[in-house]
Amino acid sequence: MNDTDAINEVLVRHGKDGTRLMQILRETQEELGWLSPATLTAIAAGINWPRSRVESTAGFYSFFHTTPLGRYRVLWSDNITDRMLGNMDLMQAMCKKLWLEPGRVSADGLVSVDTTSCTGMCDQGPAILVNYRAITHMTAERIDQMVELIHNQTPITEWPAEWFKIEDNIRRADILLTNTMPPGEALRISFARGAATEVETSFSERSWHESMQASDIGASATLDEIKKSALRGRGGAGFTTGLKWEACHNAPGRTRYVVCNADEGEPGTFKDRVLLTRQPDLVLEGMTVAAYIIGANKGFVYLRGEYRYLLEPLNAVLAKRRKLGLLGENILGREGFNFDIEVHLGAGAYVCGEESALIESLEGKRGVPRNRPPYPVTNGFLNQPTVVNNVETFASAALIAAKGGDWYRSFGSARSTGTKILSVSGDCERPGIYEYPFGVTVRQVLEECGAHNTQAVQVSGPSGICLNRDEFDRRIAFGDVPTAGAFMVFGQQRDIFEVVRNFVHFFAHESCGFCTPCRVGTTLLKNLVDKIADGNGTRTDIDEIFHLNRLLQTTAHCGLGHTACNPLLYTLEKFRPAYERRLKLLKFVPAFDLDAALSQARQMTGRDDAGAHLETQSEIAQ
Amino acid sequence: MSETNTFILDDQEIPFTPGQSVMQAALSAGVFIPHLCYHPEFRPHGSCKLCTVKINGRPATSCTTPAAHGMEVESNTPEILDKRRTLVQMLLIEGNHFCPSCEKSGFCKLQALGYELGVMTPRFNLMYPTRPVDASHPDVLLDFNRCILCELCIRASTEVDGKFVFALSGRGIKKHLVVNAESGRLADTNFSLTDKAAQVCPVGVILPKRMGFAVPIGQRHFDDAPISAHVDEFKPVMPGPGGRS
Ligand SMILES: Cc1cc2nc3c(=O)[nH]c(=O)nc-3n(C[C@H](O)[C@H](O)[C@H](O)COP(=O)(O)O)c2cc1C
Ligand code: SF4
Ligand code: SF4
Ligand code: FES
Ligand code: FES
Repeated sequence: MNDTDAINEVLVRHGKDGTRLMQILRETQEELGWLSPATLTAIAAGINWPRSRVESTAGFYSFFHTTPLGRYRVLWSDNITDRMLGNMDLMQAMCKKLWLEPGRVSADGLVSVDTTSCTGMCDQGPAILVNYRAITHMTAERIDQMVELIHNQTPITEWPAEWFKIEDNIRRADILLTNTMPPGEALRISFARGAATEVETSFSERSWHESMQASDIGASATLDEIKKSALRGRGGAGFTTGLKWEACHNAPGRTRYVVCNADEGEPGTFKDRVLLTRQPDLVLEGMTVAAYIIGANKGFVYLRGEYRYLLEPLNAVLAKRRKLGLLGENILGREGFNFDIEVHLGAGAYVCGEESALIESLEGKRGVPRNRPPYPVTNGFLNQPTVVNNVETFASAALIAAKGGDWYRSFGSARSTGTKILSVSGDCERPGIYEYPFGVTVRQVLEECGAHNTQAVQVSGPSGICLNRDEFDRRIAFGDVPTAGAFMVFGQQRDIFEVVRNFVHFFAHESCGFCTPCRVGTTLLKNLVDKIADGNGTRTDIDEIFHLNRLLQTTAHCGLGHTACNPLLYTLEKFRPAYERRLKLLKFVPAFDLDAALSQARQMTGRDDAGAHLETQSEIAQ
Repeated sequence: MSETNTFILDDQEIPFTPGQSVMQAALSAGVFIPHLCYHPEFRPHGSCKLCTVKINGRPATSCTTPAAHGMEVESNTPEILDKRRTLVQMLLIEGNHFCPSCEKSGFCKLQALGYELGVMTPRFNLMYPTRPVDASHPDVLLDFNRCILCELCIRASTEVDGKFVFALSGRGIKKHLVVNAESGRLADTNFSLTDKAAQVCPVGVILPKRMGFAVPIGQRHFDDAPISAHVDEFKPVMPGPGGRS
């Protein structure tokens, strides 16, 4: 098949619909290897968009390439947990064997090797993606074999199957991960809430109008259960789910949408991956309950590109649910309740986890957060009312729809009801998935995962909070230590500064670039931290970090910019020696060597006495 | 009940018509709020963050926030001025700005705001990005070295000219302008010097060719008075939620 035919096939599969551009670009790239200028022109013509807008989208995402990057694209996950497992040495070894530099394509155009933001395999690293397929547990032996396979140009489909095995590593399961409810149960019970009320109110023949009311009663009674449960969003911000759904239901609109946020981009977080692997029905059922309550006909799962391997299994579950009458027209025989779900794959952009950026991406555009208000509940996908919730929120909502708000409240604490799934990684014996009722102490988690001699725990990823040893009795809960799920453990042997540096690089790489403070500020922070790492840092640089933090916190456009300084702030407060060790005593050291720059002047004047040199560090210290 | 539609901006009472942004109301009342991505003829964008103010104690972009009765807005405080100064410094070091050789010098809003806000040093190390110029078009030169990514040319080409000549590509610090051509050259687009997009750049990127020192330095637009004294030029051209829709 030639390129034109391949592109056309993809375009036709997606009805030449521009809002499906992300999927069109990905599938075309999977066919052709990269997105050449001519390919972008052909796609633009196909969907009838200006070419510039197609290029705009293609250029935003890390996983789309508009330059050829080789038939084999190897990306090393670069979370701090991968680093602690030695990924940098392994990557160097791989590059040496392949005769190339990181970030470059081999001379024969066969292969490229680079790093990528955390791929969500922190409990089984070092992890890589090869042509966007996840491989875990990298070792020197695996590299030898892999280099051989690449040199022989063996298709990835013929690589050893065990490399692509992803472990669930469930270490502690509670109400979500032990769920055995048959698919459809939560929906049936939700519908029955309407029927029960109806029987009480009317024995007479039902008119169409009354049956609609009955369905409304089921929906509103189920919404009442969600509200009663006091469920709060699990994606980070902790907004009350019942209120969000109610606001969306009440917002005027032509139609409504339900979106499941499975972008899971916060480094160190991988619990949504396991939920989608082990409890996909529960998540999809939660979305369908949401659709029933708000009156939506269409839903999306926004799945991060790193989880490409989950696309086929999820599509299989969706097909099964259609067969069971749990998706599609007249769900479970309920006249007029039509709802279907589609998986939308992302392409390597952390900021797309922000709900309005996610919606932009769903529409085929750059993942740039919108100006808010208006919020998605009133103006979301295609400007219609849209509910966006985290994977775990939907799974919890399905349980509540089936078992009721009071039942749910019996888990956790009064202000943080239910359970929370933690993704534990780093320096511990049993990394993996731990589901706890809210209110568990950090210390208990550390004990159960087999962490000894712990220096610090980073909760909720780089944008979260860094806890030191004095804080291990604090509790995982909205009022104390809230979390989107990451729990990274750092032992006494770790250099906290290297942890911070990794996080600061992450934010610089992932800034969408829309607003000035975040676009420029995250790179300035990265340069400052690198300067300190190189031994050229001064107290003035530390002051500049605080100054930039105040700027980003107050003027950045979205949460990414607001939290980008968090790793620096928490550790400057709690792990100051990690910085002080590296600082020069001088108040100011320029980024270039001033004294060396004066060497020409010294040569010309024939001087080399102390007065012809800049003051030295030891002089200043006196 | 128009008398109830007022808010306080730095001790001054500002009237507004419902639907106006804080920025529009302030400019209409003759009070200048620094801005770069705002333009009287276009919908607010909210990206440069120069117009940041504090509303009832909380930071907000004045170009995107609707005015509401009784708001207390701080703009001219040392804290906010310091933030704006830093933002201008960020835009200056992010690109390559050599004002003396720039045709836009004296007409440039970035430069004018630099003076207004007292930018005396770059503060940060210059980034010296590589941004090749595009001189392919017969009438127009694109000097991307000075682009501050305000997207005004994109908005003008899309919303007024209907041509989609400009768009953004890349992400984060690598974000950059692209043109609507497979070759990547402006000459291969249908861009014309009479396009609205050719008129809106606040800095010196989109420049007519064969024009040099048309106005002597010293007599240029912002040479007479600081940009804040030019406030009348930025008044919204239409009331309501802002510009074209
Ligand atoms: C930079 C950024 C990244 C985010 N990433 C995610 C994510 O990966 N998954 C998620 O559920 N929420 C993420 N969020 C939060 C979402 O914007 C949104 O609040 C959440 O999806 C709402 O769902 P919930 O109420 O169920 O938590 C992110 C927010 C920001 C600012
Ligand atoms: S665009 Fe403005 S700030 Fe930049 S070089 Fe030209 S005059 Fe100076
Ligand atoms: S070229 Fe000018 S108008 Fe266009 S984005 Fe850059 S600075 Fe703004
Ligand atoms: S990250 Fe995009 S605006 Fe800050
Ligand atoms: S003028 Fe308001 S953000 Fe640019």
